[in-house]
Amino acid sequence: MCLAIPGKVVRIFEKHGLKTGIIDYGGVQNEACLVYVPEIELGQYTVVHAGFAISVIREDEAREKLAAWQDAIDTAQKNGVDFTIPRNDSPPELN
Amino acid sequence: MKFLDEFRNPQIACQLLQEIAATVTKDWVIMEICGGQTHSILRNGIDQLLPPHISLVHGPGCPVCVTPLEMIDQAIAIASRPDVIFTSFGDMLRVPGSEKDLLQVKSEGFDVRTVYSPLDALELARENREKEVVFFAVGFETTAPGNAMAVRQAARKKISNFSILVSHVTVPPAMEALLSSPENRVQGYLAAGHVCAIMGWWEYEPIAEKFRIPIVPTGFEPVDILEGILLIIQMLEAGEYGVKNQYNRTVNREGNESAQRVIREIFQKTDRNWRGIGTIPASGFCLRSEYAQFDAARRFSVDHIQTRESPNCISGLVLQGLKKPTECPVFGKECTPAQPLGATMVSSEGACAAYYQHQHIKVTTE
Ligand code: SF4
Repeated sequence: MCLAIPGKVVRIFEKHGLKTGIIDYGGVQNEACLVYVPEIELGQYTVVHAGFAISVIREDEAREKLAAWQDAIDTAQKNGVDFTIPRNDSPPELN
Repeated sequence: MKFLDEFRNPQIACQLLQEIAATVTKDWVIMEICGGQTHSILRNGIDQLLPPHISLVHGPGCPVCVTPLEMIDQAIAIASRPDVIFTSFGDMLRVPGSEKDLLQVKSEGFDVRTVYSPLDALELARENREKEVVFFAVGFETTAPGNAMAVRQAARKKISNFSILVSHVTVPPAMEALLSSPENRVQGYLAAGHVCAIMGWWEYEPIAEKFRIPIVPTGFEPVDILEGILLIIQMLEAGEYGVKNQYNRTVNREGNESAQRVIREIFQKTDRNWRGIGTIPASGFCLRSEYAQFDAARRFSVDHIQTRESPNCISGLVLQGLKKPTECPVFGKECTPAQPLGATMVSSEGACAAYYQHQHIKVTTE
């Protein structure tokens, strides 16, 4: 019950007086109640728990962080750092 | 941006691993609270990629695992009534009660159904007015807003044939209980990102202060977890404590205030018995007296059911981070996901199931 995959809001409507949406998880669609994210808009990403969207994912924060990491990687590579995973024969599964 | 692949990027993971290795100089024990994070750690082999200085121990953050046996038996008693449609999240159906599980009750011909949301259970109550529809309201702060909303809707729309069997637990009192134990080894917490999405992290500040430890609300992807570990190691090595947020794309200090408001409106704090751990004061929610009519335990008078645990399972020690699943003598032998002896093997979020699925099984079967 604690699967928490980000999904995109693709439809918004009302159901029994509650703001509700269809959330797309990379092709699989499911309904979620949106009462706790009243500000959410079509196209935004959210995290859903047990049928309820609990937060709107902040794209600006995510982008900022990824950009900072990319900078660190670029600098490290310029300094000749090797990006093979340490202490392991085979690359780890990061997917 | 899909907020998924970006946070599974092996190059970033590698960069973080190198930073961790360059920072750590001493031995540290870190606990991830949440079962979802335990699975991510094992699935991605993070525990094996970290420098040997760092031990990860797995916490009690699996709702299925900590729901006490007597609640399972109460659920089974209610579900075994011909006038009831019993509804639950799927993972509760296979948890062994004293004599059987909910799936067996279903196979005996009673109406037990899996739902995806408590609102689906409420819908069933709308459609089946001649039946009592009961929802098994288990979980941490993550499921509480939904369950609270279902009760609130039932009250407003006067759906009187709906009730919930409540076994809600909350994270901060458990974190405190583990740190207060004389056997405690935990020196830093990866806090569960989605609990914090709802509750924020303000509740963790006094805990970090009192026990002088770092607490880092962390996401679930490998890069999130590695960054969470890096933040904790940086604080530990510098002798700092406090709360630092790794998961800022989803979590802020205050949390989801409208969800907290509805939780407070419907629920109040209560002592809860945690399976394998024992009673922790003020560590859960029960319905407020104004909503007592929606309490299934009262409606069906099952609140007297008491049970005793099997002595063979060490899941209590696993849930407290004191033992690894592989230290259990029956792990992978008598106890497997197909034939689970304890809740930590049943649940998809349980630590024993995580170890079983992700290769660590060879440690004990060799
Ligand atoms: S392996 Fe099975 S019996 Fe052992 S602690 Fe885990 S759930 Fe309990």
